[in-house]
Amino acid sequence: MKVLMKGNEALAHAAVSAGCRHFFGYPITPQTEISAYMAKTMPKVGGTYLQAESEIAAINMVLGAAAAGVRAMTSSSSPGISLKAEGISYMAGSDLPALIVNVQRGGPGLGGIQPSQSDYWQATKATGHGDFQILVYAPSTVQEMMDMVGHAFDTAEKYRVPAMILADGMLGQMMEPVTLPEEKTAEASSKPWAACGHDNKREHNVINSLYLTPNKLEDLVLERYARYQKIQETEQMAEEYKMEDAEMMIVAYGASARVARGAIMQAREKGIKVGLVRPISLWPFPVDAVRSNGQKVKDILVVEMNMGQMVDDVRLAVECRTPVHFLGRTGGMIPSPIEVLKKIEELASKSK
Amino acid sequence: MKDLNVLFAGFGGQGILFAGKVAAYVGLLMNKEISWLPSYGPEMRGGTANCTVCISDEEIGAPNVPNPNVFVVMNLPSFDKFIADVESGGTVVIDSSLIDKKVERDDLNVFYVPASEIAEKNNISGLANIVLVGKLFHEMKFASMEMLDKAIEYCVPKSKEKMLDMNKQAARLGACFA
Repeated sequence: MKVLMKGNEALAHAAVSAGCRHFFGYPITPQTEISAYMAKTMPKVGGTYLQAESEIAAINMVLGAAAAGVRAMTSSSSPGISLKAEGISYMAGSDLPALIVNVQRGGPGLGGIQPSQSDYWQATKATGHGDFQILVYAPSTVQEMMDMVGHAFDTAEKYRVPAMILADGMLGQMMEPVTLPEEKTAEASSKPWAACGHDNKREHNVINSLYLTPNKLEDLVLERYARYQKIQETEQMAEEYKMEDAEMMIVAYGASARVARGAIMQAREKGIKVGLVRPISLWPFPVDAVRSNGQKVKDILVVEMNMGQMVDDVRLAVECRTPVHFLGRTGGMIPSPIEVLKKIEELASKSK
Repeated sequence: MKDLNVLFAGFGGQGILFAGKVAAYVGLLMNKEISWLPSYGPEMRGGTANCTVCISDEEIGAPNVPNPNVFVVMNLPSFDKFIADVESGGTVVIDSSLIDKKVERDDLNVFYVPASEIAEKNNISGLANIVLVGKLFHEMKFASMEMLDKAIEYCVPKSKEKMLDMNKQAARLGACFA
């Protein structure tokens, strides 16, 4: 039988199953259950759980553990992620794979503690200073909170880039039935670059992000961007729902995709042909799925729990050939399916 | 089956989230799609607590339901806050030992159960939440008592095993209350 689990617990459980034995964090609502689960579980499986003195300390511990070649992670919520920005940039600049979880809450500032998606820009455009990207995944169910973890670790290690799971307070706190993943105890991939002791059998491995010679630094960034290019070509993830005959496309991810799905079912009952493209990877943005579907429809509606942070990415994907509209709530408010339905009806009546 | 969107609401400490979890497990045992969404944050500390449980044959969209079709309520502030939101034709189960008010709408199925009093009398005070769950599933004719027992077994942690029979008794007391 499936078991009922909170999104946060499911994510933490999956991380342990994926072979992660190093968790460093600092408490914050609404991600607390991740830390609590790790505090309980890590000692039992021979791992390390450490509550650091701050978010900045925690992310730098993740950097250290990742440099030593082990699967390491941290989790936080919006204001805490801002504090981790420096460390994430250093990890990107040192080509270190690791997992960062953001269970988003309302912002800016300390904001609130209710669910939000207002860190989309931060996650996909500028998680810290410098020329870099990180992998960003947006689960939409508790099962996906679980399934994304192993995938995020694997992909991060494959390309040597940090990965983020961008969830929100709703997905973190809600319970749904899940099928537990298989245990993976061995480290997934060999890491010849890791600084983990060399027994005088090889040269020192150096993990570093400081390069004072500009052309050396430029070369490194260019090499990294070649990897980003490969990621954009091969790692896009999106789900399509009722798009076959759709005349209107909703683009929504995470919790707001669930709201959109509810609205689509009701709109379909009223004869409005509307479908959903749900980005699962936010970086790389699923340009292919959004473009191919978006150029077939009359209207595109972006639904988010922020002020419209994904709208430009959708416009760019469809090269502005289809009008892109927006419906969102912010500050910790969740749009209701009725609100989305009204917007769908309004757009459908205008385009007739 | 018609979707059940159940809102449980009351004070923190009354077992609102636990009652929701039992209801969710009943759905799970019946192979339905389910979701359980709690209120969280400062409001739980002595303030109002609530959770929403959706049980459906279809995949569940938004787990937050602005208009529930079942409302189980254990305090006056929650009653006042949510009673207008209940879908027309919906079911309301009220702990009438804690809420001294009648529902003024005439489009709802209302059950007044003095759950706290019943629990107190039977030496299981603190289990009014499960008395109400027992009444709810009995009236909705949604699940058998055996199913409810099984759900309770899943929800009561092993460290509190002595609570198991008391919870089962509470569910029966609720179901039998006419």
